Amino acid sequence: MTRDRFRVICLSLTIGVVFVLAWQAFTASRPAGKGIPGPLAVGATAWQMLAHPFYDNGPNDKGIGLQLAASLGRLALGYLAASTAAVMLGVALGLSPLLYRAVNPYIQVLKPVSPLAWMPLFLYTIKDSGQSAILVIFMSSLWPTLANTAFGVASIKRDYLHVASILQLSWTRRLATVILPAAAPAIVAGLRISVGSAWVAIVAAEMLIGGTGIGYFVWNEWNNLALTSVIFAILAIGLIGVLLDAGLARLSRRLAYTE
Amino acid sequence: MAFLEIDHVTKHFPASDGPGEVCVFREVAFSIAQGEFVTMVGHSGCGKSTLLNIIAGLERASGGGVVLEGREITQPGIDRMVVFQNFSLMPWMTVFENIRLAVRAAYPSWDRCRIAAHVQRYVDMVGLSGAERKRPAALSGGMRQRVGLARAFSTAPKVLLLDEPFAQIDALTRGLIQDELIRMWTAGRNTVFMVTHDVDEAILLSDRIALMTRGPEARLAEIVDVDIPRPRVRAALIEEPDYLRLRTHILRFLVEGARPAAGDGHGAPLPAGFAVTPE
Repeated sequence: MTRDRFRVICLSLTIGVVFVLAWQAFTASRPAGKGIPGPLAVGATAWQMLAHPFYDNGPNDKGIGLQLAASLGRLALGYLAASTAAVMLGVALGLSPLLYRAVNPYIQVLKPVSPLAWMPLFLYTIKDSGQSAILVIFMSSLWPTLANTAFGVASIKRDYLHVASILQLSWTRRLATVILPAAAPAIVAGLRISVGSAWVAIVAAEMLIGGTGIGYFVWNEWNNLALTSVIFAILAIGLIGVLLDAGLARLSRRLAYTE
Repeated sequence: MAFLEIDHVTKHFPASDGPGEVCVFREVAFSIAQGEFVTMVGHSGCGKSTLLNIIAGLERASGGGVVLEGREITQPGIDRMVVFQNFSLMPWMTVFENIRLAVRAAYPSWDRCRIAAHVQRYVDMVGLSGAERKRPAALSGGMRQRVGLARAFSTAPKVLLLDEPFAQIDALTRGLIQDELIRMWTAGRNTVFMVTHDVDEAILLSDRIALMTRGPEARLAEIVDVDIPRPRVRAALIEEPDYLRLRTHILRFLVEGARPAAGDGHGAPLPAGFAVTPE
């Protein structure tokens, strides 16, 4: 097992090093300032940005830490609101096959819509770009949690529900001690997918609304033709995505159970 | 008035192949006195577990009804705890939490300490001290059913419903847990309705044994009294002349008499899983 792990790490590092070397070789032959920047240039930018992540020189010049914090704040608001709504609606759908079948067609139609398509409607109705971005995150993280919760609740073993009804548990206690824990693995699987799609959507949403956020940062640096910053931002977005997923993976391990 | 009255209960199921309905059993009527241990024995498919579920309130009768202390049963309730064949413990809860869930529900006015002490007493009673923090997945089938029994007894139900509680437990452990069941039942004298296909188990535990004919359209054929005095000890049971007589009677019924009236009179082979201990 450990031996296997060691080999995986070696191979993984080798692939990374080979990629960076090839990238460097490809870019070194071109004159500086033209074409894609090489890894050294990106590294230098990264060093600079990480040295001062939270500086604030006005609306068009903020540290990457501030930009990421702005994005994560939006993510938290939109994602938490969506997850709460999705779990509540999902439980209702999961417990009532009738309701599930009645509502499912609407969900199926709305689910494949890119969350950004809602943006004009939000901008028109609430006339605030920041809140519109949060609502885009809401739309992007609603469906996976909703579908998974409904599925998880609908497939709770009847025996557990029987025990709950024999014990005449109150509605809230039944929810807290039987329904949610029983469906927790499915719900968290949905939450994991949702946080991923919310993080994907936020970059695009912020490119549209401007102001702050990592998406706006990427677009702004593109306008400045600072491609090293763009590449570094891509890496930062990826790393944060991994961390978000890892946090939920931990939660999912805690809530898992074997029958 | 009887304590628990099964009043001409009939159950239909929708037919699995096409329209119409299948009658599982028809007009089953008997009553159980308070503190009595009654077991129903019959082949698979005679609907005995269905009848148990109807008493539990988990299923509705198609005809007739069940009356407990003068009130008709329409829904599940904590006064009728069920011990399930597949244990039905919450897998995300520990042993302690599983029992506590029931105790809390049964005694909503108790404070935390009193609930915890009560739970612990039943954990100890079934010999699970030290395993309180384990989850069901970490326990053997026998230990899981001990939790199931502790959960059921801890609420002091008016009626205890045992649905083939030992069917999924290996033969050696089964004896031990049956002894524990006898001990707890003797201490509290709950009214018990059990369903099983194990004839020896039925004789060891019951005051009366209800025999069902084969389904579909099963009927209650007869109810046999078990006159063997308590306390009954498994090892000494074989010496009892009543035991052999009863056992032969029930087995003969199951092999020959359990057939519908239109049968050809020859004994049908015992179905797989039918529990008969060879002598």
